[in-house]
Amino acid sequence: MKRLSLIVAAFVAALTLLTSSLALAGEILVYTALEDDEIPIYLELFKKTHPEIDVKIVRDSTGIVTAKLLAEKDNPQADVIWGTAATSLMLCDQAGMIEPYAPKYLDKVAPAMRDPADPPHWVGIKAWMTGFVTNTKEAEALKLPIPESYADLVKPVYKDQLVMPNPASSGTGFLTISAILQLMGEEKGWEYLDKLHQNIARYTHSGSKPAKLAGSGEIPVGISFAYRGFMQKAKGEPVVTTFPKEGSGWDVEANALIKKDAVKPEAKIFLDWAISPEAMHAYGKVYPVTAYPSGNPVPEGYPKDPAAQMIKNDFNWAAANRDRILKEWSARYDGKSEPK
Amino acid sequence: MAATSPRAAAAPRLAAFDGERWLRRALILLVSFWLVCVVVLPLAQLLSKSLLNNAGQYVGLANYVEYFTTPSLRNSIGNSLFVSVVTTLITVTLGFTFAYALTRTCIPLKGVFRGVAMMPLFAPTLLNGIALIYLFGRKGLITRGFFGAIPGIDIGLYGPVGIIISEVIFTFPQAMLILSVALRMTDARLYEASDSMGAPGWRTFSTVTIPGVKYGLVSATFVSFILAFTDFGAPKVVGGQFGILATDIYKQVIGQQNFSMGAVVSVALLAPAILAFIVDRIVQRKQVSLIQAKSTPLVPRPRKWRDAPFLAFCLVIALLILGFFGVAAYASLVKVWPYELELGLWHYDFTGTGGGGYAAFWNSIRMSFYSAVIGTAVTFVSAYLVEKTNGMRALRQVSYFLSIIPLALPGLVIGLAYIFFFNARGWNILGVFTPNPFGWLYGGMGILVLSNVVHFYSVSFLTGATALKQLDKEFEMVSESLGVPFYVTFFRVTVPVCLPAILEVAMYFFVNSMATVSAVIFLYSADIPLASVAIANMDDAGDVAPACAMGVLVILTNILVRILYGALTGKLRKKTQAWTTR
Repeated sequence: MKRLSLIVAAFVAALTLLTSSLALAGEILVYTALEDDEIPIYLELFKKTHPEIDVKIVRDSTGIVTAKLLAEKDNPQADVIWGTAATSLMLCDQAGMIEPYAPKYLDKVAPAMRDPADPPHWVGIKAWMTGFVTNTKEAEALKLPIPESYADLVKPVYKDQLVMPNPASSGTGFLTISAILQLMGEEKGWEYLDKLHQNIARYTHSGSKPAKLAGSGEIPVGISFAYRGFMQKAKGEPVVTTFPKEGSGWDVEANALIKKDAVKPEAKIFLDWAISPEAMHAYGKVYPVTAYPSGNPVPEGYPKDPAAQMIKNDFNWAAANRDRILKEWSARYDGKSEPK
Repeated sequence: MAATSPRAAAAPRLAAFDGERWLRRALILLVSFWLVCVVVLPLAQLLSKSLLNNAGQYVGLANYVEYFTTPSLRNSIGNSLFVSVVTTLITVTLGFTFAYALTRTCIPLKGVFRGVAMMPLFAPTLLNGIALIYLFGRKGLITRGFFGAIPGIDIGLYGPVGIIISEVIFTFPQAMLILSVALRMTDARLYEASDSMGAPGWRTFSTVTIPGVKYGLVSATFVSFILAFTDFGAPKVVGGQFGILATDIYKQVIGQQNFSMGAVVSVALLAPAILAFIVDRIVQRKQVSLIQAKSTPLVPRPRKWRDAPFLAFCLVIALLILGFFGVAAYASLVKVWPYELELGLWHYDFTGTGGGGYAAFWNSIRMSFYSAVIGTAVTFVSAYLVEKTNGMRALRQVSYFLSIIPLALPGLVIGLAYIFFFNARGWNILGVFTPNPFGWLYGGMGILVLSNVVHFYSVSFLTGATALKQLDKEFEMVSESLGVPFYVTFFRVTVPVCLPAILEVAMYFFVNSMATVSAVIFLYSADIPLASVAIANMDDAGDVAPACAMGVLVILTNILVRILYGALTGKLRKKTQAWTTR
């Protein structure tokens, strides 16, 4: 019996060890989809001005953060969403999870970068756009020109040399498709996508994967988000990032306040800071388009006027037609047993 | 035999016996209650969404109609079945041969082979995906013939080929584990009888060996099938455009936040588990336990003509596995793959990358330790109660069934179901608001450990049950008639005899908890970053080499723990397994 009681005791001890710690005052929980390597730089700045607030970060890719937020809907854990796709925040908003809040410095924010409601449900910090990430070594070996436009991508020379995200799995994939349909009109757009499909080696489930595959030479040209390509170049990969002449699809990375029984004042302080000139300056070091001018020169490699590169994106149209577009896309190109 | 233990409670026999019976019943009830709380209710909460639209209104079977009328979704069922069947055939054949070599032949280096065969379990699936691409992708070592040294072969990785390769690697150790437990538990007298009757080797094999491990064989088949059917880690990376159910869930839930359709696909994934249960019950009805109180252990004798080919086979498999993970280790040391092949330890300094670095690594170790201790205790005791008690048959059947269910749940489904259930404020039950009694678990170490225990429940339970099923009920009957309480028999006989299986289960929990990502990525809190989540996040941020480095650390830890455990328990094993030698 001694052994049994010992085992039971150990079991109980183990269980008590596991009980979770409760959130303390002066502490906020932030969910974000910002890149993992940027976050510490920004938090360092926040800590300088607000040492009394302890910021806890949960970082995941956009899809996972959004699914997690929506699943927690009935008992939200996060206080703030920071730097997550505006289209995702709109979904959370539809689910009634967002508390409208007008942060300090809101008057500086460009109209396209915020929710038009007053007070806004979400406020953008920066925009990200699609670009083509080409592996220069492989392109040279295969005698591929560097693509400069959507029209280039459907040329026969790129057959099986392109990779792009599956719009049914990735936000980057969807905004690229949505941009093409908006630019060319639906009928021409689908015709174009049919041709593009002939050149695609495969579709990935993540938006950053095509850039990575290009970087490792696996597939020479990746349609991905541009930032990734620049980061990879900085890490030593032989890639060059170009932008389609016709214009890029884009989305806003935005912040929002989560609706809770008791909204913490610290959450609002964080949201104020997150669009402060100081934070904007930090974002602007790597991102060309921020919610308002960051005072930085345009990062190297981007077009001179990056805002002009972005198409006139109708977010409402994209949101309203998303299901229909994805269904059509899947019927045409997805679920084929053989990868092209 | 240890069964003739001291007659501790012999005097007040009747009273003790009655109290004991109640205790046993209470324990079975407890097991059922536990399974309802951690499997049924969370799953029900998630699956009920298949009847709702995304705004939360009841729509009946509309989602199912939509599912079956959408060709890209419907086709996935056939695709999933195809890859799972092929995977199962390959895995069970390889796993059986390997397990047979380890238990029934006299080849050297059995410990090493066993350790190497378990390696695929040690690695986060993402690492498998990366290694596959580095080997078989367009720029892969094999595709390019090791930088042009030999003619390269392009196997057409992306699609069914890639999925089947990665699923075989992933399911092989699990099938091998179950089969070696089954093959180890046998009675030498049957072989002696067969021998003395002059039966040729193949005859003994087909009339003694195979029927003896039939249960293990069936379990291994279903485990392989269901794991291959539900895994999405590798298909996500190498599946190409070959749609399968598991990647469909990912697309629906993560890509489109369509929980309703995700729930419908989850239901489709559960179907084979239910089928497995039915077949399993039919086979099991005929199972006769092989280890009887009078059993003598089978000690294989060296036979050159038999041992040599088995040794060759094990060597080939071991080298393939080592080569596979060698590539991952290589990728973590190379400066910029595949352009600057300089080697160094840059990527093992995680300060420049996110994900939590070494803190995350230690958290994972802590979590895996708790999961191993708690998981092993819970699964083995449950398996014991379900297998070895009389009465309450219906309840035991239900518990058995519920123990198989987690096998069919992809981690993603467990993760989401646990958010829905354990993070709920409470429920309206018959108009009365009942607060959630388990809410405190959410957001800490508790929910992570619980999700691991449940995620890896079925294989552990089946391993325990396979070991227990092969133990003669006579042990219990003797103890009962001697008035020895069942828990005394449990600790004095059952646990020592089954110790190899119990230790395997503990290892299984530990290594899987270290490597898993799909469930915990939804459940970890800001205070507890985890190594496997860090791998996913670093890979996401384009830091593939540091991701590989963290993966290698996870593998090395698992190997180290395995070696330590082998050294520490060697003595114990010798003591408790003395009955297996003559």
